[in-house]
Amino acid sequence: MEIPYTSKPRPDTGIYNSKVGIWLFLASEVMLFGALFSSYILLRVGAGEGTWPHGLLSIPIGTFNTFVLITSSVTVVMGWAALQVGNFGRYKVYQAITILCALGFLGIKSFEYRDKFKHYEVWLKNPITVHQGGKAVLTDRLLGHIEYQGHHPYFWTTPRLAGSPEIKDKDGKVVKAAVAAVESFKFQPDPIHYTMTPKEMAHAKAEAKGHAHEVIEIKSSDVKRLSAFIPSHSTFFAIYFTLTALHGLHVLGGALVIFYIWGPGAKMWKTDPQRYMNRVEVSGLFWHFVDLVWIFLFPIIYLL
Amino acid sequence: MSLKAFHLIFITAASLLCFGLGWWMLRAYADVGVKSDQIYGVASIVIGVALLVYEVFFIKKLKNVSYL
Repeated sequence: MEIPYTSKPRPDTGIYNSKVGIWLFLASEVMLFGALFSSYILLRVGAGEGTWPHGLLSIPIGTFNTFVLITSSVTVVMGWAALQVGNFGRYKVYQAITILCALGFLGIKSFEYRDKFKHYEVWLKNPITVHQGGKAVLTDRLLGHIEYQGHHPYFWTTPRLAGSPEIKDKDGKVVKAAVAAVESFKFQPDPIHYTMTPKEMAHAKAEAKGHAHEVIEIKSSDVKRLSAFIPSHSTFFAIYFTLTALHGLHVLGGALVIFYIWGPGAKMWKTDPQRYMNRVEVSGLFWHFVDLVWIFLFPIIYLL
Repeated sequence: MSLKAFHLIFITAASLLCFGLGWWMLRAYADVGVKSDQIYGVASIVIGVALLVYEVFFIKKLKNVSYL
């Protein structure tokens, strides 16, 4: 049985059925991302001064990723345009670039995530003096990197400092090995903290240039709270990871669909070229939506 | 709405983002005076203009393709 209106437009809507389908799907996606965006903006606007983590994401990396996605949008539409004039070879080249851009975006994003997972905030029981950009500053909250036994550990939170006992199952088999408590660790404080205004942060960064990173020893008994930049750190990171991971999953999904149409599904070009072009267009519409989400996501998350 | 129409919306949004980012970075440069912010701001505005030029090229190139 033939599925109707996969190639030709349906008379009542004026467009082929899968285009109606993708737009209905994108409408539901707008509601999903719209809810998350508005939650973020309301929380951000409602946060008291000095309480919202800001200035902790790399704007150059975010900008580079934005241009990777803009490039992929151009190539996806150029690939579709190449098919319109029957140039299958050029389409293959353009879509290959689109897939590479998608992988590049995800690679850069994972690099950013990795950096966050080993970047920490430590809340101390009593203020200490640290040297930031040549100035002595008294503070009880520090951002920076931990060094412990020659490594920069990932995902540490306060309970990790106390260690954990060995866990055995009912047969006496060790399920989880004991983790030793941490007496003290080395800490490289950043010259900035998000309690500063953006202007103060920029000044502090500029002053710290050329100064070597100070390394201080912090005793675990002096730590009130410790957290890597993970979702449990703060509302900001919870929403940051929710939004960017959800977006990343969309990028991955879109890239898989484009890859399928570009690779194993490409034989349809010989049997039903109009339907194949429609598939490319529908995947391109989804890809543009994913990129458009990032165009809104980038300034909201990275700049605000 | 066809891919052509959606692409035009996307490129318009992207160029607006570039102008916004350029303004943001130039304002940061005016506040603090870090040279890289100035370069960043000017480059963003130039890219925003380039995207608009591309948009005009794109409209001309695909003038036979429907917006629906």
